[in-house]
Amino acid sequence: MRAFSLIFRRELALSWTGGGGPVLALGFYLAMASLLPLALGADPARMTAVAPGFAWLVLALASLLSLERMFERDFEDGALDLIALGPAPLEMTALAKGLAQWIAIAAPLALLAPVVVTALGAPVGLAPIVVACGLIGGLGFCFLGGVGAALSLGSRRGGVLIALIVLPLFTPPVIFGAGAIEAFAAGLDWRTPLLLLCAYSLAAGALCPFAMAAAARNALS
Amino acid sequence: MLQFLVNPERFMAFSRWAAPLLGLIALGLAAAGLALDFQAPPDYQQGYTVHIMFIHVPAAFMSEFVYACLGVASFLSLIFRHALAAAAARAAAPLGTGFTALALITGSLWGRPTWGTWWVWDPRLTSVLVLFLFYVGYMALEGAIEDEAKAARAAAILALVGLINLPIVHYSVVWWNSLHQGSSLLRAGGPDMPAVYLAPLLLMVFAYMAGFGALWLVRIRGEVWRRRAAVAAMRAAG
Repeated sequence: MRAFSLIFRRELALSWTGGGGPVLALGFYLAMASLLPLALGADPARMTAVAPGFAWLVLALASLLSLERMFERDFEDGALDLIALGPAPLEMTALAKGLAQWIAIAAPLALLAPVVVTALGAPVGLAPIVVACGLIGGLGFCFLGGVGAALSLGSRRGGVLIALIVLPLFTPPVIFGAGAIEAFAAGLDWRTPLLLLCAYSLAAGALCPFAMAAAARNALS
Repeated sequence: MLQFLVNPERFMAFSRWAAPLLGLIALGLAAAGLALDFQAPPDYQQGYTVHIMFIHVPAAFMSEFVYACLGVASFLSLIFRHALAAAAARAAAPLGTGFTALALITGSLWGRPTWGTWWVWDPRLTSVLVLFLFYVGYMALEGAIEDEAKAARAAAILALVGLINLPIVHYSVVWWNSLHQGSSLLRAGGPDMPAVYLAPLLLMVFAYMAGFGALWLVRIRGEVWRRRAAVAAMRAAG
């Protein structure tokens, strides 16, 4: 447990320093959101219709940005070797890394999401569901992304490869999250898609550390 | 069977005649299937485009069947660390990508006259497209890592993650939006199709399977030869 909290705090501290992972993701999110009206035309009716779905999709994309730092840095400077030699199993390290990524990257994105959705013209009343989807879905994005990050270790073309591996895995959470937001906006049953999103993210959080650890071990061997 | 084939020597001896034999069976079945297909009358709704189905349906079936083969081979290579299983997984991916692309393209060609559109974001189309992206991601990962053994293991882990994820993708997409007709072949109460279409369709499915088997064996043989060549080159270099 002590090892877990140490690794978790280390990951959290690292993600805030040296190039600022959250700042990068938030900046990307804002930049993409500001390009949407330029691409679609600033017609409010059209913007309102696409705002929630677009904001949700770009949140998923923004969570890809800092994945490369999740394992690559530790892999290159040898820290991953030391962690693997240490008493904590790699599965636990992977869990700590995923959770730290969630707190450091996904949570700020989830908090920014209602601002983006509202700025694009969706009703303010959507804010709670957008934050909820961002937080819950973000957990899934971080862990699925972590699998991609661990798998692409040692490939030397990290970023794009991670996106290519991970984006097809994002299909279910993107569908469930968008479904929940849309149902909430239409006054329909939004609990079912939100619960499905919860289920998917929790399953990802439970299973992905094993895949991450297996991939990291493979890269270290 | 599997026990017998894990020995590369025996595999090579077996596949030496099994690959061409399967290829011949595939050609024979495809010839019979196509002959029956061209005797079948045009469908009362689909007209002559129904002939596309005999190319499309087996390809769509194979796209998933090959992924299952890829998944099993990946599992075996990951658990038993067997080189031949890794070669089999590696060899299956481009074939699966080909079948998936064929299913998407023929489906699109069929959709234009029948549905009036090249593409709709329907569950089955979308999940096949995601499957295609999976194959592409798998091959990209396999190709991006230089160390071959590591590349094979990383790709195997990805294949297993995909294997768990694909049914979820399928059901999530069905939940999301349900124009594609339900399956006429694999459904409760038997196939819903007149025999003039069913017979050539089944022949084509078996032809595709035999053809895949032949190509797969040839590709695995190619992998084995490539490795032997690499070993020989290392020896020659001292």
